[in-house]
Amino acid sequence: MAQAGGGLALAFIAGFIALALAPLLRFGGEFSIDRQVLSTLRFTLYQASLSTLISLVFGAALALSLARRPNLPGRIWIIRLMAAPMGLPALAGAFGVLAVWGRQGWVNDILGASGTDLQFNVYGLSGILIAHSFFNIPLAARLFYASLERLPSQYWLMAAHLGLGRVSLLRFVEWPALRRALPGAGGLVFMLCATSFTLVLTLGGGPAATTLEVAIYQALKFDFEPVRAVFLVGLQMLLAGAVLAFLKLFGAAEEEKNESGLLRRFDGQSALARTWDFLVIAGLIAFCGAPFAAIATSGLVASYPHLVTDPLFWRALATSFMLGPIAAVTAVILAYGLAIAHYGSASRVWKGALEAAGSLILLTPPVVLATGWFLWLKGGSGYGPYVLVALINALMSLPFAFHVLQPAIRTHFERTGRLSESLGIKGFERLRIVDFAILKRPLTTAFFFALSLSLGDLGAVALFGGDNLVTLPWLIYARLGSYRTSDAAALTLLLTLICMIFAVLGTRDSGTREGSIR
Amino acid sequence: MSIGQSIRVEGVALTLGDHDFAFDLGIPAGSFAVITGPSGSGKSTLFNLIAGFEAPRSGRILIGENDVTRLSPADRPVSLAFQDNNLFAHLDIFTNVALGISPALRLDADARSRVSEALARVGLGGFEKRLPGNLSGGERQRAAFARAIVRHRPVMLLDEPFAALDPALRRDMGDLLLSLHADEGFTVLMITHDPQEAERLADMAVFVDRGRVAAIAPSADFFTRSKPAALAEFLRS
Repeated sequence: MAQAGGGLALAFIAGFIALALAPLLRFGGEFSIDRQVLSTLRFTLYQASLSTLISLVFGAALALSLARRPNLPGRIWIIRLMAAPMGLPALAGAFGVLAVWGRQGWVNDILGASGTDLQFNVYGLSGILIAHSFFNIPLAARLFYASLERLPSQYWLMAAHLGLGRVSLLRFVEWPALRRALPGAGGLVFMLCATSFTLVLTLGGGPAATTLEVAIYQALKFDFEPVRAVFLVGLQMLLAGAVLAFLKLFGAAEEEKNESGLLRRFDGQSALARTWDFLVIAGLIAFCGAPFAAIATSGLVASYPHLVTDPLFWRALATSFMLGPIAAVTAVILAYGLAIAHYGSASRVWKGALEAAGSLILLTPPVVLATGWFLWLKGGSGYGPYVLVALINALMSLPFAFHVLQPAIRTHFERTGRLSESLGIKGFERLRIVDFAILKRPLTTAFFFALSLSLGDLGAVALFGGDNLVTLPWLIYARLGSYRTSDAAALTLLLTLICMIFAVLGTRDSGTREGSIR
Repeated sequence: MSIGQSIRVEGVALTLGDHDFAFDLGIPAGSFAVITGPSGSGKSTLFNLIAGFEAPRSGRILIGENDVTRLSPADRPVSLAFQDNNLFAHLDIFTNVALGISPALRLDADARSRVSEALARVGLGGFEKRLPGNLSGGERQRAAFARAIVRHRPVMLLDEPFAALDPALRRDMGDLLLSLHADEGFTVLMITHDPQEAERLADMAVFVDRGRVAAIAPSADFFTRSKPAALAEFLRS
């Protein structure tokens, strides 16, 4: 029964992806690498490498400084702020970055007020790097920090006792901890930056700064060159596959709590060390907090009467709130089916297949799936695109839902499986009395997290979006494109609030986004 | 030649959370003393004060004739070992012991041979390149003792060093500690929960209860004759 459900989920996922790839394969074979593809590939790798390097260096610095100050006032809020970008839709992040670093942004205001002729131009590589750093420095910092926290507390006592200086402490204690987190954190950040769509689309600002993912979209949406698109899809899958294989080999990023209790540090008492930590922490709070502040302030001064009289706004809101829950429920059902079958099966191969199904989407990013189905539907009209966007969003959220549900289901069945059997509770009764009562919490967690992801997504809707299909992120993107910044600001604040609330509901207990990529 | 020095804890007071501590204690040079008492009574706090991980609100701590109250942990004339995690797991045994000589790992030939000699002394000859993870719990504690040997400090502080070991091994490790104490002559202050072990190893015992030193006596007396009520209660349980 459970195996059949898992098989069904697996078949659905594999079928959906295979059907998306099928029309793409028809176009294959007639295209070879040209200069444009080469420069796109080069830029994709270049910006992803630079973004990763920046995120890792600053993330490590932030983690080291935070770990050295266990008694810092407001520390818990800094750690929460580090988690905040995870719940923020990429498009809202892009808006925040533009509001801080854009032509009319805060940075240029300050530059202008200081009387210089310097103008910071955010579009292109600099904007992409800033946005990727905004999202990924906190992520890298959290992974490094978790690794530092896992060190036994005796290490710090022993280091103080032996008199390890700054260099020795870094060399013998801190660096080994950072190094353990490095492949996972590096691979994950590289993956996110190499497949980043929304940020590059909004901040790239031209053909010179385009990644594979955006080039696929442009080849279809504007040039209608399916042959080129298919070739790029192939490259994209190779790249994603290589990074996933790397992550599989070198261990996934983990984030667990330290159980050895109270963390005390005896180093870093000098004035120099205090100043350094203050600068690092305050600097990164400013860097990562500014876009949030900008979203809030520009959203609050925006003109709402204009927005609420716009019928398109209400349509977008209705569409988002229709598609989001459908996607989230689908993701949870699929993840539940996979997780139940995964627990019940004894075959390692079958278990592996179920696990792979949970993260297949990482190999075939939304834009690839959308591309395939876009070709099936020849552009798409009627209800087809609605269903597709919901399903693609569901698959996007699946790895995260699976990551929340799988351990919860395993623990639950290990605890209650034999007891239920011995009492003869089975079938629907068992679902009602035993399973649902206990799994309610992880199920809601997974649901809200999937909901937050789906509501904020632009990738799946980008190809289909238009007069026919309008979601909140799509409307923001359209308003930004037509320079109706006030509307975009109001919508961004609204979307940010909605997604952050659901993300908080979805991360309250266990399960984090980054842990799901293995 | 004996390197052991006396430990004097004079009117030391501090507050941690809602616990108040006030310690007065004198341990003669070269003795082997155990600290015992119920969980949460302040044994580890006393240990942390002497090691320099806690700073007292008032009072002073002397090792030999030196007031060490304001010294950092690294500058105090002590070596120490905990119940576990005494060794950095990613560094081999040689490096772990050598860190006791130079925290920046600047070693000359003499220092290197001292490390190997110390390892041989605790029965870990040839273990230089092994990682702590590949050693048994007893072997890891031996390596921690080797580091104490190369540090050559007048006082050795031990926080339940054998608590994670099985009884036979505890006995062996106790014997090793006794012979190191005899050879090196450092003053030993060891926290333990095990009355038999305390009686067998130590020549004096300190009983800590509710943040105070409740009793201090030669260990032979301690476990036989007139003992304080709290101690009697503790030993019965």
